[in-house]
Amino acid sequence: MLILIKGGRVICPGKIDSVADILIKDGIIHKINGLCEKTKADTIIDATGKIVVPGLIDMHVHLREPGFEYKETIKTGCLSAAAGGFTAICSMPNTNPVNDNRQVTEYILKQAEKADSIRVYPVAAISPGLKGNGICEYGDLKGAGAVAISDDGNPVMNGQVMRRALEYAKGFNLPVISHCEDLNLSGSGVINEGSTATRMGLAGIPCAAETVMVMRDIELCRLTKGKLHIAHVSTKESVAAIRDAKKRGILVTAETAPHYFMLTQKAVESYNTCAKMNPPLRSDEDRRAIIEGLADGTIDVIATDHAPHSSIEKEIEFDMAANGIVGLETSLSLSLTLVEKKILSVTELIKKMSTNPARILGLQSNLEIGSTADLTIIDTEKRYVVDKNKFKSLGKNTPFDGWHMKGKAVLTMAGGKLVFEEDSI
Amino acid sequence: MSFKKKHILDMASLCVDEVNIILNTAEMMKEISKRHIKKVPTLRGKTIVLFFYEPSTRTRTSFDIATKRLSGDSISISANSSSIVKGETLIDTARNIEAMNCDIIVLRHPCSGAPHMLAKLLKNTSVINAGDGMHAHPSQSLLDLMTVKENKGSIKGLRVAIIGDIAHSRVAMSNITGFTKMGADVIVAGPPTMIPSGIETFGVSVTYNIDEAICSADVIIMLRIQKERQEDFFFPTEREYSKVYGLTNKRLEKISKDAIIMHPGPINKGLEISAEAAECFQTRILNQVTNGVAVRMALLYLVAGG
Repeated sequence: MLILIKGGRVICPGKIDSVADILIKDGIIHKINGLCEKTKADTIIDATGKIVVPGLIDMHVHLREPGFEYKETIKTGCLSAAAGGFTAICSMPNTNPVNDNRQVTEYILKQAEKADSIRVYPVAAISPGLKGNGICEYGDLKGAGAVAISDDGNPVMNGQVMRRALEYAKGFNLPVISHCEDLNLSGSGVINEGSTATRMGLAGIPCAAETVMVMRDIELCRLTKGKLHIAHVSTKESVAAIRDAKKRGILVTAETAPHYFMLTQKAVESYNTCAKMNPPLRSDEDRRAIIEGLADGTIDVIATDHAPHSSIEKEIEFDMAANGIVGLETSLSLSLTLVEKKILSVTELIKKMSTNPARILGLQSNLEIGSTADLTIIDTEKRYVVDKNKFKSLGKNTPFDGWHMKGKAVLTMAGGKLVFEEDSI
Repeated sequence: MSFKKKHILDMASLCVDEVNIILNTAEMMKEISKRHIKKVPTLRGKTIVLFFYEPSTRTRTSFDIATKRLSGDSISISANSSSIVKGETLIDTARNIEAMNCDIIVLRHPCSGAPHMLAKLLKNTSVINAGDGMHAHPSQSLLDLMTVKENKGSIKGLRVAIIGDIAHSRVAMSNITGFTKMGADVIVAGPPTMIPSGIETFGVSVTYNIDEAICSADVIIMLRIQKERQEDFFFPTEREYSKVYGLTNKRLEKISKDAIIMHPGPINKGLEISAEAAECFQTRILNQVTNGVAVRMALLYLVAGG
């Protein structure tokens, strides 16, 4: 089986950036250069005018299975990810049962195999039941296929537990993904603290609720020399703290989500529950600081925090509505605005959406002869309007419905297999 | 100008002209309550549902009396006697009420924005906000404006001091919006823990010293302090609160003799206001309650089509 991808601009950060043909033989990249034209391929894909990049990786996804299959299944999540250009995603452990043991990790991988789409890498829990008062069997979990640990959704409030998690996980080279939030400071808050919250009569979450925990975890990372990854950075002060830590040589990495560089708390006005998330959308000053952090490399990764919910959790009072928005099918288009505005080069964007998450998690992200064909073809000029009803995801909870976008994934190939193709390519 | 608002959600969404129409209508309505037969046929055939998710005596009774004086049919629903206890969502319950062809839903709800959600998702029914979370209580603000206007002639240029837990008070937020909109100078005072973030963007002055706020005020609005706030460390003890931020007898001597004292109720006598201050000649607390019926009659009348 020979597949030829013709005429695209092939970008693999640090390795290649040129117009070339890619010949894929039985799922493996066989040739990359301009000499493939004469090859008789079974399938020829014309990528002229488009870019061909290593498959995108979203290291922060809530797949909801097991336990909340009405919100999303592993299969629909994979289809959604493929449509967004992702060839690999990490599933967060806050399912029911929680992914805090080998059986759940194996179940997730089995369901992913059945879905027969993109790659799913389970993130296991830091603490049993995400309760923050102990540590899970990281050795066994890694053996079962977990690539990182996190209590995402819940912070580990107990500093001693976090210290031990960082220390113990180091023995298995597992990164610890930290949801940084001081629950006492966030209290009953539902949006960012400030004049918008005051005007709307909603309890606020101060930026400090995030930042004090970012600072604590950085200090614990320095102490333990573990691998710390800060999830969904949303505040200016968190960016500054991470920047400073990196300058001091501490092994910390960080991610943000497209909504934190695209939106502010203004999106919540009119009590829009599809803009309710945790951490909450912040001020424009924070938004600009996130962009600076992306530009100067303080923030390594763009991840979506894809959090599908049904109308049962969203068509209710704002205070009671669930946190989170779907992100897989809008992430790339939103992130390409950073390229459009010359904040990042295309190559830098690909690093943040593929190379860096792969590096942090020890996964593959490359376009080299001999490597598995995990790749994404992006049409950076393609214009379209977001229609949530056309999402592959079961979750329609997006604040970006109706947005005019430029640039999108038109073809996704995982393990040499076509998992998504835009109708018009 | 005629009144075209379908819903009454908060003071921010009412313009000056609309506030004036409501206040003028309320003045006319007030006269009805003074008659021997306190009833007019204005809302005959209109169904008004009083949907209260929170305990309320004043507001609920006030809306109920207002409906009946206008010959409307009022039905009361409370959270613990409705399908809410069976797990039905607010919007589903509201859609069921709408399906019974009710004209107006008066909603009191602990979640900010709940009436806005109903206004957005219901098709025909008008929504009047009778207090949502920490957000708004427009009928309270309107009755406060009416009371001040009655006593002072106009609102423009008056010094209005709002004292207490500004951060958690929908009355404070609606009055800040309402009184500044109508041209008053508003000063808020309370402990720093109870002054909400970003309050300076609302065009009010802020002080942590209550004496500074009340000494030259024409209107003093004392807010109810919720005792459970103590558990969240907003203030140390009731003793300290009443001493530092309460309208005590000592402070009563210092205020202008022309100033009026208001309170949205229910009062914690001896906490935010002393018994003497609550009952002195400057108090207008019961006038507020009387005007509450008039304002709510005006709102029901105007929303039902004038």
